[in-house]
Amino acid sequence: MTKIIVTTSGKGGVGKTTTSASFSTGLAARGKKVAVIDFDVGLRNLDLIMGCERRVVFDFVNVLQGEANLRQALIRDKTYENLHILAASQTRDKDALTLEGVEKVLNDLVAEGFDYIICDSPAGIEKGAHHAMYFADEALIVTNPEVSSVRDSDRVLGLLQAKTRNAEKGIKVKEHLVLTRYNPERVEKGEMLSVKDVQDILAIPLLGIIPESPSVLTSSNSGVPVIADAMSEAGQAYTDLVARFLGEDKPHRFMTYEKKGFFSKLFGG
Amino acid sequence: MDLMSFFRTKKPATAQTARDRLMVAVAWQRDQDGRHNAGPSYLPQLRDELLAVIRKYVQVADAAVKVNVQHEDGLDVLEMNITLPDSKAA
Repeated sequence: MTKIIVTTSGKGGVGKTTTSASFSTGLAARGKKVAVIDFDVGLRNLDLIMGCERRVVFDFVNVLQGEANLRQALIRDKTYENLHILAASQTRDKDALTLEGVEKVLNDLVAEGFDYIICDSPAGIEKGAHHAMYFADEALIVTNPEVSSVRDSDRVLGLLQAKTRNAEKGIKVKEHLVLTRYNPERVEKGEMLSVKDVQDILAIPLLGIIPESPSVLTSSNSGVPVIADAMSEAGQAYTDLVARFLGEDKPHRFMTYEKKGFFSKLFGG
Repeated sequence: MDLMSFFRTKKPATAQTARDRLMVAVAWQRDQDGRHNAGPSYLPQLRDELLAVIRKYVQVADAAVKVNVQHEDGLDVLEMNITLPDSKAA
């Protein structure tokens, strides 16, 4: 059974694409057959974050319009051969996607035997975001501990409960909270919303906390999903998140601030 | 800087402000969306527990207990309806 999962948030810049890239890579690392699709037509970025931007020949819109077949357009990941990327079109306008077209591509991927299809949503709640979430069985709600992001996430939750294929059939889309850019030190100082605050407001189960980490930027610089950086806290947090998603019992980490000792401060440990 | 913060006892509680503001903003948004007719997340559990308590005294059907939250004149009102079985049967 193929599972379709949307990565969504409403607000831009909270870590949707970072999460899609690491989540799909993590699932692939666990042996799953995974396709990750960039729904941000006109502003594609997943290819850059996954480091395959120079290998994009055909894109999502090419497939929809019959200019290429799905197999031609799927880009095989350089590390995991069971991970495939479908880039968004950079040149077309966003009206090129239709719900029927998206459904056809998803059905074709299901027929190809993919275990997971990750739909990386564009920001906003317009057509692109609607297309990305419409066929989802599950949703990763990427949220920063910050007022505008939390409110937008709540708005998106409302849409997931009303404007999706499952919702129309009376089936609930399974929601997962992914709290990104978390800074336990600031939470302890009372400067940042805590995990509990965000959970109290959104009332959805927590899948993972991704701590604010310099490696998110450096990984994106080199086009390697941050999950591949096993030394970084963000990378470890994504690895845990994937394990948890697959049903493993992994306690949440990076929730509390550990004061750095004198030596680690001195040596930047 | 860090030494100063060590001695400073009063912490800026802006996170609490954020939480309070969000609670209001989100409640308003859910009203607009026509969401949360289902009420707060604790309602199903509250209903189940009420049902268990009532059943200590009276046998009632699952559907006999109805709980919901309504907004009336700016107040949240918790409304409970418990339908008892026909007394003739007892």
